[in-house]
Amino acid sequence: MRLKTFSQGGVHPRELKLSAGKKIEILPPPETVIIPVSQHLGAPSKVLVEKMADVKTGQLIAKSDGFISTNIHASVSGKVLKIDDFTDTSGYRRKGIQIKVSGDEWEEGIDRSDDLVKEFSFTSEEIRNKILEAGIVGLGGATFPSHVKLMVPKGKSAEYMIINGVECEPYLTADHALMMERGEQLVVGIKIMMKGLGVEKAILGIEANKPDAIQKMKSLTEQEKNIHVRGLKVRYPQGGEKQLIQALLNRRVPGGGLPIDVGVVVFNVGTVYAAYEAVQKNKPLIERVVTVTGKSLREPSNFLVRIGTPVSYLIEKCGGLPADTGKVISGGPMMGKALTSLEVPIVKGSSGILLMQESESHRKEILPCIRCSKCISACPMGLEPYLLMALGKNALFERMEEEKVLDCIECGSCSYVCPSARPLLDYIRFGKAEVNKLIRSRKAI
Amino acid sequence: MNQIIIYTVISLVAIGAGAAVILYFVAKLFRTEEDPRIEVVEKALPGANCGGCGYPGCRNFAEVLVRSESFDGLFCPVGGNETMAAVASILGREAIEQEPRVAVVRCNGTPEFRSLKTHYEGAPTCAIAHSLYAGEGGCPYGCLGLGDCVAVCKFDAIQMNPVTGLPEVMDDKCTACGACVDACPRGIIELRKKNKKDRKIYVSCINEEKGATAKKNCAVACIGCSLCFKACPYEAITMNNNLAFIDSDKCKLCRKCVPVCPTNAILEIGFPPRKTEPVEKVADSSQ
Repeated sequence: MRLKTFSQGGVHPRELKLSAGKKIEILPPPETVIIPVSQHLGAPSKVLVEKMADVKTGQLIAKSDGFISTNIHASVSGKVLKIDDFTDTSGYRRKGIQIKVSGDEWEEGIDRSDDLVKEFSFTSEEIRNKILEAGIVGLGGATFPSHVKLMVPKGKSAEYMIINGVECEPYLTADHALMMERGEQLVVGIKIMMKGLGVEKAILGIEANKPDAIQKMKSLTEQEKNIHVRGLKVRYPQGGEKQLIQALLNRRVPGGGLPIDVGVVVFNVGTVYAAYEAVQKNKPLIERVVTVTGKSLREPSNFLVRIGTPVSYLIEKCGGLPADTGKVISGGPMMGKALTSLEVPIVKGSSGILLMQESESHRKEILPCIRCSKCISACPMGLEPYLLMALGKNALFERMEEEKVLDCIECGSCSYVCPSARPLLDYIRFGKAEVNKLIRSRKAI
Repeated sequence: MNQIIIYTVISLVAIGAGAAVILYFVAKLFRTEEDPRIEVVEKALPGANCGGCGYPGCRNFAEVLVRSESFDGLFCPVGGNETMAAVASILGREAIEQEPRVAVVRCNGTPEFRSLKTHYEGAPTCAIAHSLYAGEGGCPYGCLGLGDCVAVCKFDAIQMNPVTGLPEVMDDKCTACGACVDACPRGIIELRKKNKKDRKIYVSCINEEKGATAKKNCAVACIGCSLCFKACPYEAITMNNNLAFIDSDKCKLCRKCVPVCPTNAILEIGFPPRKTEPVEKVADSSQ
């Protein structure tokens, strides 16, 4: 049978899943952690603890402050050293809580055992509340608070829940490892989320470069007639929710719309696993699976890491920073961001740390556009990146808005295929920010 | 043959005459009165269409000038007081004099004071670099050095110094139109009073971080210690968010604040050398 995929645009970079098949290694807490108060999309959380306060692992330290916001918990036990601004991935300084680790004392009521808890009898509302309490956000990278997604807006209805096990970014294997090792828990998590959302049907999409995961999840869901596992042809950016919906259901999310407009809600496998732990084990989101990888790295690995752990600690655990490192990226090579410092913490949205060699870490010289239209063919949203860049360069933001710049999912396929190495996405991203500003100022009037 | 020529000429003349009559009446019907002074005022303006006055071009500014009651808030920074006086005499109004101003780059972060920690290869504009990250030197307030201000200057008054990586303003060419002030995504450039002999004293830093943090990224950052604030006899210096600011309208150029600055963040430009140098001065980047 021919495998499905999305129909428009897309690229197929080398997969380079160096850490595939590596067991998830549980990392002990580092000496100090920095927990930023804004790890999610939406309003930053409100700090609840004071300097020098003692905290336990799993204790609520910052509370949701607004509708689109969520809770943040201490990922370690110890003393609050500082509540201050810390350098984040961009080099700018944002508010965070620094905790000096001592021991590993957990908050009461959290089930830390590995026992599988299958049964649950919660209502949708209880599930939603537990997910908000636990501070769960989309772990695929967008970090949108999950409890908000579970609230279907009035006048719309959810028919399908899609679970995203695509992991289309090269190098990353965190979701793959999670499916291989925590498959049983994931199935329970899927059922919990289905209940929370009130849907009858769920589809788990996995790309064909993970045949073991497809097989494993298929065998685990044999008895579940409402949960389907589908293999998908390898194609970037299939992990984008709009692309995934189109690949699995052949439904197109309208421009500027959300998946719920076509009756679908998408969650990442990591998010579903976190939901399982939150609902069945009372465990808040204080750790996540992170892939640490790179061609020169001695031991590319998948780690279960406490939120707030410095990146340098992870690299140390993989055999140290290779001498030929040119760039360290948070996330995958396509959408990730280069780090300005190795002391930045792992946050809820960190899916991987990629060490690029000096020789492969530089951009090529920017040459003139030769009108080859490769960027148009590669764009999965049907945009014209070369045009958007030209408009962005000339600050024609109204025109950019007309050209649907806000539909861009920032997958980077255009920049990837450009033979002239033009910084297409840079200008598009900038244009998106400016267009959003325009829209806000229009609303203000 | 001749007949064809004659017919052609006659018919063309007839069409032309007909069109002329129609145009005459249309012109009468849709006639718009325009103040003839607009033309004259526009001629008096520099014609750079730089937008420094806040209006899209010289023509538009001329219309506004003719329409307005007084010149309050209307000033052509390029032409300066001379032009405004000329315009005032055309319109028979009082000119409001303004001190001539000049653009000043308030960043001192040359490579010798600010070690470069990262290397930026993205789209070569400051606006994009600013939206992505703090900058090669790690200072989230410092100059990104990609020259958005240079590109926007219509008078070739700013250029990048390849050694310092900072833009330099040529005071004699700068018209204080303010285009660079708007173009800089970090707000580093300020229009300051152009004193006699282009003398200037200013805090060449806009970093609002705490002193220790600011200094970690840049040795010549303002650390907000308030020593200059205390030294100033004219209350020209204000302290806000760990940053000193010298108001160029109040500053009397006494230079008392300069030697007390522990990080040499305050620059004095255009002065004769001091007789006894109290502290070793920072190499002047804008000269």
